[in-house]
Amino acid sequence: MASIHYREIDGRSARYFGLLGLLGALVAGGLGAAWHMEHQGHYVTGMSNQIVWGTPHVFAVFLIVAASGALNVASTASVFGRDVYKPLARLSGLLAITLLVGGLAVLVLDLGRPDRLIVAMTHYNFKSIFAWNIFLYTGFIAIVAAYLWMMLERRMNDYSRPLGLLAFLWRLILTTGTGSIFGFLVAREAYDSALYAPMFVIMSFSFGLAVFILVLMAACSGTGRPLGDVIVQRLKNLLGVFVAAVMYFVLIYHLTNLYFTRRHDFERFILVDGGIYTGLFWLGQVLIGGILPLALLFHPVSSRSHQVIAAAAVCVILGGLAQIYVIIIGGQAYPLVIFPGKEVTSSFFDGTVAAYAPSLPEIALGAGGVALALILTAVALKVLPFLPRSLADGDIDVGSGVGAGKERAASP
Amino acid sequence: MKSKRDTPSCAIGASVILLIMAGLAAVAASAQARAAPPVIRIEKPGQCVEPTAVMRRDHMKMILHQRDQTVHRGIRTSKHSLKNCIDCHASAKTNSVLGKDGFCESCHTYAAVQMDCFECHSPSPRPPASANSPVPTRSGIASESARRAAMAAPVAATRAGGAAP
Amino acid sequence: MSLDRRSFLGLGAAAFAGAAITPGLRLIELVQARSPEEAASTLRRWGLLIDTTRCTDCEVCVTACHTENGVTGNGRPSTDAQWIRKVALSDKRTGHAQTLPLMCQHCEHPPCVDVCPTGASFKRADGIVLVDKHTCIGCRYCVMACPYGARSFIHETVADQKPDVPRGKGTVESCTLCVHRIDRDEQPACVEACTRDGGKAMVFGDLNDGAGDLRQRLRQEPSSQLRADLALNTGVRYQGL
Repeated sequence: MASIHYREIDGRSARYFGLLGLLGALVAGGLGAAWHMEHQGHYVTGMSNQIVWGTPHVFAVFLIVAASGALNVASTASVFGRDVYKPLARLSGLLAITLLVGGLAVLVLDLGRPDRLIVAMTHYNFKSIFAWNIFLYTGFIAIVAAYLWMMLERRMNDYSRPLGLLAFLWRLILTTGTGSIFGFLVAREAYDSALYAPMFVIMSFSFGLAVFILVLMAACSGTGRPLGDVIVQRLKNLLGVFVAAVMYFVLIYHLTNLYFTRRHDFERFILVDGGIYTGLFWLGQVLIGGILPLALLFHPVSSRSHQVIAAAAVCVILGGLAQIYVIIIGGQAYPLVIFPGKEVTSSFFDGTVAAYAPSLPEIALGAGGVALALILTAVALKVLPFLPRSLADGDIDVGSGVGAGKERAASP
Repeated sequence: MKSKRDTPSCAIGASVILLIMAGLAAVAASAQARAAPPVIRIEKPGQCVEPTAVMRRDHMKMILHQRDQTVHRGIRTSKHSLKNCIDCHASAKTNSVLGKDGFCESCHTYAAVQMDCFECHSPSPRPPASANSPVPTRSGIASESARRAAMAAPVAATRAGGAAP
Repeated sequence: MSLDRRSFLGLGAAAFAGAAITPGLRLIELVQARSPEEAASTLRRWGLLIDTTRCTDCEVCVTACHTENGVTGNGRPSTDAQWIRKVALSDKRTGHAQTLPLMCQHCEHPPCVDVCPTGASFKRADGIVLVDKHTCIGCRYCVMACPYGARSFIHETVADQKPDVPRGKGTVESCTLCVHRIDRDEQPACVEACTRDGGKAMVFGDLNDGAGDLRQRLRQEPSSQLRADLALNTGVRYQGL
C-alpha cells in the first residue's frame, strides 16, 4: 500500500514570484476599481437601474459556485470512500476556501455601502436567502478549514470523515442557497423557478472540478511533480459526466419554459433574437461549455492527453461564465412583464431590452477576485503541505471502497 | 536549509519595524499641524433640548435611537429629531452644520470621528415657510373619524388603559 | 448589539406598540389629527387609486414627486433615480393606447421586503413600504425582486437633499408615498398635484376605512392590481386597465 507524501512547494523560482507579482497586480487593480466605484458611485460602471447586477456578480457567482464544487474531490475521498482521490483532498479543501474568499470579496466590494459590512453581519432578515447565505458562506469557510486541519494533522485524521460529511452536506445547502437567490425571485421571467437550486448544484460540480483540474495540473507542472493518468483519467471522466448533467438541466429549463405560452417571448429572446445573450447561450454555454468539452473529454484518443483535458476544462470555465452571464444579465435585460399583452414605453426603460456593456471597473473587480483566489492558493501551497510530492501512477493507492491508506507528512 | 529560510525573514521583519518607526516619527514631527480646536458657535438663543454635558456624551445614542423610532415606527417627536437639531445649530452664514466652522463638522474633524449622517441628510435647516404652513386635512377625514369612533371604541378602551373613547 | 435587538423588537411590536405605548390616547383622536409622538398603526393601510381613464399625457405627478423629494437627475437617464414614471401602453392586438403613472405599489406582501438581507427594506405598520437608509448596504437584491421596477439605486453622490427626504449614494430608494407628508396629515405630492393641475385621476386614502373616499370608490367601481397573479395585494389600484 503506497503512502502519500505531502510537501510544501518550494516557491522560490522566478516563475513563482512572477506569478505572485501578476496576481498581486490584478488584485491591486480590483481594489482600485472597487475604490473608484465606491468613491464616485456606481455610475462609473456599466450597471444601471435596469441592470443592477453586472460583471462583478457574474464573476462572484462563478467563484462561489466553483468553490463549493471544488470540495467535491475531497468529499469523494472522505465521504464516499474512494481512496484514489485521497491525495487530492487537501488541495480540494484549499481551493474551496480560496475560491469562496475570492467570490465574496468581489461581492462585498461591489456593495453600494461596503462600509456597512458590519451592519450586514449584525442585522438579519431571515426570510431573505441572502441572510442565510451569509451564514452558509462563512460557515463553509470555517467547516472546510476545520476539515483541512483534520486532514493535515495526523492525530486528527480519524475525524476527517465525519467532518468531510458535514462539509459535503453544508456545501449542498450552500449551493442550493446560491441558486435560490434567483429561483426565489417571482418578478422576472428568467427566474422564478425551483430548477435553479439543483441546477446550481450541478453547475458547481462541473465548474468546481474544471477549476480543480486546471489548478492541479498547473501546480504539478509548475513544481515538476509527476501527475499520472490514473488520477487524471478519472477526473476527466467525472468532468464529462458533470458537463452532460448541466446540459440536461439547461435543456429541461428551456423545454419547460417553451411549453408555457406566456414564456415564449422570453425564450425567443434567449434562444433567437437576444443579440449578445443568444450568442453567449448557443456559442458560449452550449457549444464551448457543453458540446466541445464532451467531445474532447470522451474522445478515445485525444482525451489521453493532459493538454486536451486542460483545454476542455478551460472550455467548461468559459462556458460557465457565459451561462452565468446569460442568467444574471440576460435575466435582467429582458423587460419586466408588468402589462401582459401590451407594448410599453416609459422614461424608465420599461418594455425595452436594457442595454448593458461590461465596463473596465467591473471587469477589473471581477478579475481581482479571481486573482485573489489564485494568489491565496499559491501562497498556501508554499506555506503548508497541500500538494503530494508525487501523483504518478505508481505512487497512488487505487484501492476501492473505504480504505485505511496511511498518509504521512513528509519529513523535510 | 533552516538558516537559509531565517535570514530573509529576519531582514523583512527588521525593515518592517524600521518602516513603522519612521512613520511614527513623521507623525510626531508633524504634530505642529494638529487639527484646529472645534468652533462651537451657538447662534440661536435658548437652551438645547438636553443639558450640554448629556449632549456631549450621548448625542450619538439619541440620534441612533431616534432614527429607528422615526423610520420604522413613524414617531416624529421633535425633541431628538435630527431636523430639529439642524434647524437650531446650522450656521446663519453658511446655512449648514457642515463646513470648516460648521457646528457638527468642526467638532467631528477635531475628534477624528467620521459621521455618516450627511451622506444622506441635508445639513441645512428647513425653509421657515414649511414650519408655519397650515396643515390641510385630507378629504373624507370627517367621515373617517365618525366611523372610526363607532368601530374602534372597545379596542380603544382596552389598548389605551381604560380611557373613555 | 442592543440596538439591533431593539430595532428588531420594534419592528415586530410596531403594530401593537402604537396604541399601547401612548397612554390616554383615544382612538378617535388618532384619525382627526396625527401628533408627532404617535407611531404608525396597523389600523390604517394607506392606498392609492388611479383612474387611468382620466390620466392624460401630462406629467405633473412626476414633476411634483421629484420636486417634493429632491430627486434630481444628472443627465444620465439609465442611472438617474425615478420614483414615479408615466408609462405609455399600447395593446398589441387592438392598438388601444393609454398612459398611467407607475410607482412603488406598496404591496401587502412585498417581494422587496422578503429578499432584503438586513431588513432595511421594510413595511411600516400602516402599509407603506420603505427603505431604512441607515441599514441599507446597497446590495440591490430588492431592485432585482421588485415586479414593478419601482426601486432605484443611487449611482452618484447626492447634493441638496430636501431636509424631509434624506437620500444618499449607494443606497436604494423608491416612492415613499410621501410618508413625511402623510405623517403631517397631508396628501402625497403626486396626488395633490394631479388634483390641482392634472387630470384629477388619483385618490389617496385609508384602505381600512370603510367610509372613506377610497374604499367607496373601490367598492362602487371596478379596479385592478398590477400583476394580480402574484397575489401581493398592492396598496395601489388602477381603474380602466
